Amino acid sequence: MGETIKFLPPLAPVLARRQAIIADLKDLLPPECLVHEERALVPFETDGFIAYRNRPLCVALPGTTAEVAAVMKYCHRYGVPVVPRGAGTSLSGGAIPETDAVVLGLSRMNRILDVDPANRTATVQAGVTNLSISDRVGPEGFFYAPDPSSQLACTIGGNIGMNSGGAHCLKYGVTTNNLLGVRLVMADGEVVDIGGKALDSGGYDLLGLICGSEGQLGIVTEATVRILAKPEGARPVLFGFETPEQASACVSAVIGSGIIPVAIEFMDKEAIAICEAFAHAGYPLDVGALLIVEVEGSDAEMEDMLQKIIAIARQFEVKTVRESQSAMEAAAIWKGRKSAFGATGRIADYICMDGTVPLGQLTHVLKRTGEIVEGYGLRVANVFHAGDGNMHPLILYNINDPEEAAKAESAGNDILKLCVEAGGCLTGEHGVGIEKRDLMGFQYAGRDLAQQMAVRAAFDPDWRLNRSKVFPLEARSA
Amino acid sequence: MRQFHYPRSEAEAADIVRSHVASGTAMKIAGGNTRALMGNPVTADYCLRSTSLSGIVQYNPAEMVMVAKAGTPVREIEAALAEKGQMLAFEPMDHRAVMGTSGEPTIGGVFAVNSSGPRRLSAGAARDHLLGVRFVNGKGEVIKAGGRVMKNVTGLDLVKLMAGSHGTLGFLTEVTFKVLPAPPVSETVLISGLGDAEAAVAMATVMGLPVEASGAAHLPVTVRHRYLNNRLPEGEATVFRLEGLKASVEARLAKLVSAVAGFGLVSRIAGPESRILWQEIRDCRAYADGTSRPLWKVSVAPSAGHRLVAALRLEAGVDACYDWQGGLVWMRMESDPEADVLRAMIRSVGGGHATLVRATDAVRSHVAAFEPQAKGLAALSARVKASMDPSGLFNPGMMG
Repeated sequence: MGETIKFLPPLAPVLARRQAIIADLKDLLPPECLVHEERALVPFETDGFIAYRNRPLCVALPGTTAEVAAVMKYCHRYGVPVVPRGAGTSLSGGAIPETDAVVLGLSRMNRILDVDPANRTATVQAGVTNLSISDRVGPEGFFYAPDPSSQLACTIGGNIGMNSGGAHCLKYGVTTNNLLGVRLVMADGEVVDIGGKALDSGGYDLLGLICGSEGQLGIVTEATVRILAKPEGARPVLFGFETPEQASACVSAVIGSGIIPVAIEFMDKEAIAICEAFAHAGYPLDVGALLIVEVEGSDAEMEDMLQKIIAIARQFEVKTVRESQSAMEAAAIWKGRKSAFGATGRIADYICMDGTVPLGQLTHVLKRTGEIVEGYGLRVANVFHAGDGNMHPLILYNINDPEEAAKAESAGNDILKLCVEAGGCLTGEHGVGIEKRDLMGFQYAGRDLAQQMAVRAAFDPDWRLNRSKVFPLEARSA
Repeated sequence: MRQFHYPRSEAEAADIVRSHVASGTAMKIAGGNTRALMGNPVTADYCLRSTSLSGIVQYNPAEMVMVAKAGTPVREIEAALAEKGQMLAFEPMDHRAVMGTSGEPTIGGVFAVNSSGPRRLSAGAARDHLLGVRFVNGKGEVIKAGGRVMKNVTGLDLVKLMAGSHGTLGFLTEVTFKVLPAPPVSETVLISGLGDAEAAVAMATVMGLPVEASGAAHLPVTVRHRYLNNRLPEGEATVFRLEGLKASVEARLAKLVSAVAGFGLVSRIAGPESRILWQEIRDCRAYADGTSRPLWKVSVAPSAGHRLVAALRLEAGVDACYDWQGGLVWMRMESDPEADVLRAMIRSVGGGHATLVRATDAVRSHVAAFEPQAKGLAALSARVKASMDPSGLFNPGMMG
């Protein structure tokens, strides 16, 4: 259990009323939709950031917007903190509750409400999983573009909370670029609709604010997302390079040449070995770095684009070029990449970083990352979205060795500082959560954070929604 | 007489704002002031302009990112990008022709009004390309938000909030935005003779195909002659744009043509003509008519655009043309802006919003230029405004 990161101290009056709160919430929800027995609460203690956990006051599982609004109204009236939760796959502790919080789980709101091919939109409840949108609209020739690695499990509500990306956002953008409207339950239980099927919404861009707000501005219960015509075909190609430097220089050259592939993924030697052992994707083991470059279109288009990319890769002495020859091979290539975090978890505990850097800084940051981790006597595996500079160094350590755990945390902090110094940011898609909360000062001056907090207060003046997250605790009193 | 401030640095801009906080005097915010008819008239004796904060700060083509001071002319930015084969993918509109204004549009102004052209349909709006901002808030503090990377979820996204806020939340001093490779080839496929409703079906069909159309517009017969100096074929023109590498465009074009063959007579517009046509569509050439007759920019679900126009025609004198697959409707009213009728009909076709882009001063002073919001949302917006500009110094009256 981690101890470095503190949660806000629980509100004693709320803890004291626990039984009354449970009884009252039971009246607002169908039977079985309020979880409060000690053992049943265990799964809600943490999320994908397992080093920290807290047992919540109770868990409400509403099935409709009206039920969400009723719970929110109640919590507003009695000053009860609320922590929204989708599938609980957050890697930054975004869904870890405080002990005085009601967890508001949206997993029961899992219906696709409307698919509109003529306007290319889908309207879904917040608990719908990311992948199920594409599954549903696929037969009609469409797909939902953002594809975080956890897409089988993670929900659209969570994606909105963290503005999730994925491998293909180089071409299609992240959640904020694919979101047209939301139904939002405010901190006081009022329901507002923002945006809709029109391409732009009127007034201030509140949709843009809500996306990536980590559950601090309200509870999204429904979302209208943009769906896109499925490309005719997609083909990933593996490029193996002697050194990581050559691979990252190749990324810059491809982008600089005017070709934008759908995805460019990077893996270093350590990550290749880990993923290959798990997925048997046929990754070359004799190279220092690997790129997975994916192009889309008709066969002729893909061929044309691939030849241009291969010519660029040759300038960087590419060792291996392997085009996938079948849908199965293509799937295996992606399986290796998408299971990178899981595969790594089989051999060691790890901390996954999520800093993003300008493309021109990739080589430098990669090299320094290796040196930093080595300096702490630890190992690192790099696997990330190179096309958009979103790095994911996995720092390997033993969670049961407190000294090693502390070193891993320090190494992670050093790496994030490095990303910010290189002109980048702390987190590209995993969110700040509690994990990076105390590092926000690396990136923002006090007045920048104060302005963000002032905007936050316009939505949640009492600071009850996911209140331990994002903003450093000491910055709040200022 | 209005007095003007032209700060030469961000620090100077912050000093000016602080002095206005002290005196409690409001300011109009402007860049090149070429979009001067946007919104309701601002009541302020002072105007804070960004035109002396000018210049490209950083541009590395391989990173596809540019940093520029807010007052930099769009012309200068587009020239620098063109030199490296890149572009602003969202195609910001030049409002001078429809508004009858002069001067130089600035990059700050582009983002302040979230101005996006035909490629908004495929590449996203201005706000989707804005990565970072620096601005002076209503307390006179210099605030930084976002950064210069494409993926960034570090804190609240004040960048999006600033985009399209029409200078009511802060004074932009610097913007950082994503740029993209300019496609070497641009081709247009044109279907002649479709009514508005048929055109809507044709456009939805094409946008549902894997041909990556980067524009879908419909120019009814009342406006068709205003494009390409009246060189478009007879009848209504429903147009689609394909862009990219030559081989790819050719392949997609063949696919598109065969898919729309059943709709009507199909022709092609190639190369430079195609580029000019889409520039004219971007700038709403149809209603760049030298008049000040009310012009609405209406945003609805793409399939609702033509239904809205058909319904409105029964009640009011209106002429209309369509971009964004029908989701952007330009409406020029005969005389009265008919705001209430229009807005009621927008609600009846499934919702959206109407912005008054042009009208006489008299009309602009009594018709809400931006769509009035539902009560809860309006209250929330007012709180957001107060969190950025607590004394209401910036552009009072602009957004109603």
